[in-house]
Amino acid sequence: MYYFDPHIHMVSRTTDDYATLARMGCVAVSEPAFWAGFDRGSVDSFRDYFHQLTDFERRRAAQFGIQHFTWLCINAKEAENVELSREVIAMIPEFLDEPGVLGIGEIGLNKNTRNEAQIFLEHLDLAVQFDQPILIHTPHLEDKYLGTRMILDMLTSDHRIDTDRVLVDHVEEHTVADVLKDGFWAGMTLYPVTKCTPQRAADIIEVHGPERLLVNSAGDWGPSKPTAVPDFIFEMRQRGHAESVIRRVVYENPIEFFSQSSNFDYRAPDEEAVVTN
Amino acid sequence: METSATQILDREFLELRARILELAASFDRVERAQGTVEGDQRWDLLQQGLEVLLGSQEERARAVQLLFSLSYDPDWREKYGLSGNVSNG
Repeated sequence: MYYFDPHIHMVSRTTDDYATLARMGCVAVSEPAFWAGFDRGSVDSFRDYFHQLTDFERRRAAQFGIQHFTWLCINAKEAENVELSREVIAMIPEFLDEPGVLGIGEIGLNKNTRNEAQIFLEHLDLAVQFDQPILIHTPHLEDKYLGTRMILDMLTSDHRIDTDRVLVDHVEEHTVADVLKDGFWAGMTLYPVTKCTPQRAADIIEVHGPERLLVNSAGDWGPSKPTAVPDFIFEMRQRGHAESVIRRVVYENPIEFFSQSSNFDYRAPDEEAVVTN
Repeated sequence: METSATQILDREFLELRARILELAASFDRVERAQGTVEGDQRWDLLQQGLEVLLGSQEERARAVQLLFSLSYDPDWREKYGLSGNVSNG
């Protein structure tokens, strides 16, 4: 089965991981901008990072038949530096017309501070100003419930925001219902220990149905498994779910959501076949 | 997709048994060590989490998640001074 990993940080992964993903059926990835593991010191550092996301990674993925898409922002961990955050937000439009740039993300909250909320709101302004879809990071562990509710408050009180064009990621059992109820898309991150497992993601599909739900690996530089989406596919098959339901979650839903971006030039592998005599 | 409760138990019994053993061994390990964790809020939360599992309520996973979560304050925007519709400022 072809699948799409809608949230994976390939800059942190090896080229061998691209080969493994391709062998397991991955045909496309979307890579949100995120924290590098350390706080960057200047806007030029982000400019270089965005160049890596929009150029180098796209070419590296293409070597394995994987189409690479990306999202741009300054992440919540670095939003405490408000001055730098505003410089980055002002620079992002330089890249919005680059091929494969799908929107603004992953914006959100980390420790649910005032500065994080302020910079989140300013990212929303940017997305509205440039008519961009939005991909949202929700906090970890004990901060997730509070942070998700704060994020939903900010989104739903802004009448400029089109809920169809917002994906709220890293949902779990205690946040998924609120996100879907408010009309947003929701992503489940299959991440050891701190987020969701393939088994619990399958449970959430069984409880809430496959509509507007995506699964991703969020593979990055920390403990994570870039092939977690195939693990989810296997779990769903073990439980006897129809292939059509699995395909909807791992392939059709990401494509439906991402198709709202003007830069989403995805072509299914069977459409790319070229016969030459 | 119609899977019976017995079929799910057949499939998951050994894994659940192993997880309970891991919990038991972890609790033993803490109690065998020097010092005490009595009064540590994390220890209290773990005890409460076990009680959720033994309860009869639905959506145990959601209840455990909320147990380990900070509470939501609907007035957070006012407290942060971010109550206006205009975000910049």
